[in-house]
Amino acid sequence: MQHRNSRALALSAALALSLGTLAACGSDDGGSSSGDGGSGTTEPVTISVATFNEFGLEGPIEAWNAEHDDIKIEQKKVGTWDEAKENLYTKLAAGSGLSDVEAIEGDGMPAILAESDAFVDLASDDVEGRWLDWKQAAGTDADGRLIGYGTDIGPEGICYRADLFEKAGLPSDRDEVAGLLGTWDDYFATGQQFAAKMPKTAWYDSSGGVAQAMLNQVANPFEGDDNTINVENPELENVWATVTGNVDLSTRLPQWSDDWTAAFQNNGFATMACPGWMLGVVEGNASGVKGWDFANVFPGGGGNWGGSFLVVPAQTEHPEEAQQVAAYLTSPESQLMAYADKGTFPSQVDALDDDALTQDVRPFFNDAPVGEILAERAAAITVQPYKGPKYSDILQAFQAAILRVDDGSNTPEQSWKTFLSDVDQLS
Amino acid sequence: MPFTRPRTRPPGPRPGGAAATGGSPAGTRAPARTGLTWRQRLSWLDVRLSPYLYISPFFLVFLLIGIFPLAYTAYVSFFDWSLIGGQGEYVGLQNYRDVLGNPYFWKSVVNTLSIFVLSSGPQIVIALVVAALLTTYLRVPTFWRMSVLLPFVVAPAATAIIFGNVFGDRYGLINQGLDLIGLGPIQWHVDRLASHLAIASMVNWRWTGYNALILLAAMQAVPRDLYEAAEIDGAGKVRQFWSLTLPMIRPTLLFVIVTSTIGGLQIFAEPRLFDNTPAHNGGSDRQFSTVTMLVYDYGWRLRELGLASATSWLLFLMIVAFAILNFVLVRRAGRHL
Repeated sequence: MQHRNSRALALSAALALSLGTLAACGSDDGGSSSGDGGSGTTEPVTISVATFNEFGLEGPIEAWNAEHDDIKIEQKKVGTWDEAKENLYTKLAAGSGLSDVEAIEGDGMPAILAESDAFVDLASDDVEGRWLDWKQAAGTDADGRLIGYGTDIGPEGICYRADLFEKAGLPSDRDEVAGLLGTWDDYFATGQQFAAKMPKTAWYDSSGGVAQAMLNQVANPFEGDDNTINVENPELENVWATVTGNVDLSTRLPQWSDDWTAAFQNNGFATMACPGWMLGVVEGNASGVKGWDFANVFPGGGGNWGGSFLVVPAQTEHPEEAQQVAAYLTSPESQLMAYADKGTFPSQVDALDDDALTQDVRPFFNDAPVGEILAERAAAITVQPYKGPKYSDILQAFQAAILRVDDGSNTPEQSWKTFLSDVDQLS
Repeated sequence: MPFTRPRTRPPGPRPGGAAATGGSPAGTRAPARTGLTWRQRLSWLDVRLSPYLYISPFFLVFLLIGIFPLAYTAYVSFFDWSLIGGQGEYVGLQNYRDVLGNPYFWKSVVNTLSIFVLSSGPQIVIALVVAALLTTYLRVPTFWRMSVLLPFVVAPAATAIIFGNVFGDRYGLINQGLDLIGLGPIQWHVDRLASHLAIASMVNWRWTGYNALILLAAMQAVPRDLYEAAEIDGAGKVRQFWSLTLPMIRPTLLFVIVTSTIGGLQIFAEPRLFDNTPAHNGGSDRQFSTVTMLVYDYGWRLRELGLASATSWLLFLMIVAFAILNFVLVRRAGRHL
């Protein structure tokens, strides 16, 4: 019996020990989290900011981290919005795992506003009147809650290769080029001229990019103002017919693909639709290539392509600090820094007449007065397309439809039919 | 190896019966137990129950992360279920009808089978050859064996980047090589069969060495004296391989075939990383969309978990059918060898 007792004792001791460890773990957790939320004197709070593509936030973040000890910012970057979007929805559904601040692409914002309960209302007196009206409206949900702080907008100009223009016998001076490309008809006609002389180089970077640029000038591309999906409208059919009718002028490559990136280094194309944030992309992909320039013109008038928002998911443990960080990163000063770095054009009213913007000249683009041009391009924007909650999904289907014609896997008629059935599945 | 060797199993009653484990014949057990002290009874329980207790963690974990998701997926598949909004209305079999009525599903099934055949087939044949070569007497055998396994260690994402450069439509290595010798480029991301070949080569590169090592282990376990006997009987190396090696490693071969079937039918990372289109759902015209990619597309791009779950279950049934088919075929083939 002695023996048995000692065994039982050992067993209960082991049990007590393991329970004790568990309890210790529990109290440990409680301790650290209460420390975070409370005084905040011990450990600094780290606010993660998830971005995609190039936001140019490295400068502002570095400046913040140098100054602040209580809150540290950590940026997490992925390649494209499509990747960021999947991650976002997966973790929204999971209820955890999102960064404290998430970047949302402008086209994806309507879908986010439809789920605005999952995000923090960021309205505050400090940011009252900070943004251009239409930008702020695009970040506000149906109940008037401000969900997204605007970062940049995407006024579009034309990036072009002056050296290739010269070879093709076209004028290469940026003012003359601007005179050449005022309407879409001019743009495609000049492209035919170019193609006749330079058969190995495409006129523009991708059919998808041109389609996107044209869609940005349509009031209701996919959805009516009441969010009813209507893709069989004459404007969209016009964009479709124009883009698929001119695929010979395109590289026929999907935008953002490996081959598309490689085309920058291989004289793959001569022009592309360039919103401000694209300037940084061009400079990065075409690094070492000489001859790029930026013309103060956009076919068919002005157009805004993209431009993003920062949102704070409701699942964050530090909503106040996250809001503070988001407000800092979207301040005119931060956005001017981002602009200087990556060409993301600020959406903040106070930044627009700042010398850092208006006097900006870019050596890579043959010393083009990029700031002045983008400001004029922003002023030329007359149409803000209506974007409902399904906009981003339909756009993706539309881009795939164009790609099918581009790569020759479908005729335009087949591809349009597939697009219609894809859209049917969305509703 | 999870499979016992049928040919080496001793004749007679199967092991594991009451006589082998209990220690006392069944008939005498009940009266005997009444005379036992409770310590003796504990020890008896110890012998009877402990083995099950020891293996229970696996089954408990399996229940948690295997059976539960399977059952829950089945439950979700009967509902209109949004990724963000959660559970909606009960819709019965409507999700299954929708999936089966969707042309993308059938396209994905064909793509999956095509990629599976193009990968698993050559993979196992090459793995067998490599394993057979590795069993011969080589200098520094460990070096050769580890080299074969090297591709398996490389992350799929890294593999995809390398193969993305090789199979680029415009500026890829192969197409530039073809261009040099005056042949037209192959549209690796557009042409359906070409895309399947590209993806299959990615899979083969990764898994052939792994399978070869498993087969090698089985080959090493074949008793050497059998080969000596075969040699004395005048059998050449090839005859030895067909009549001796293959039948002896049959259970392992079955294991390799079944796992590569399951892996092949669930293929996801390679085609998705191979994809250049913004939507990443298997090419502009779904030339290389697989069933697993469709599951992901339903669940995470269209945010319809009900449809995604229904598709998962259809895939599950497909895999079960293939596993049974494999089993039967290998069994039957074994009888003729």
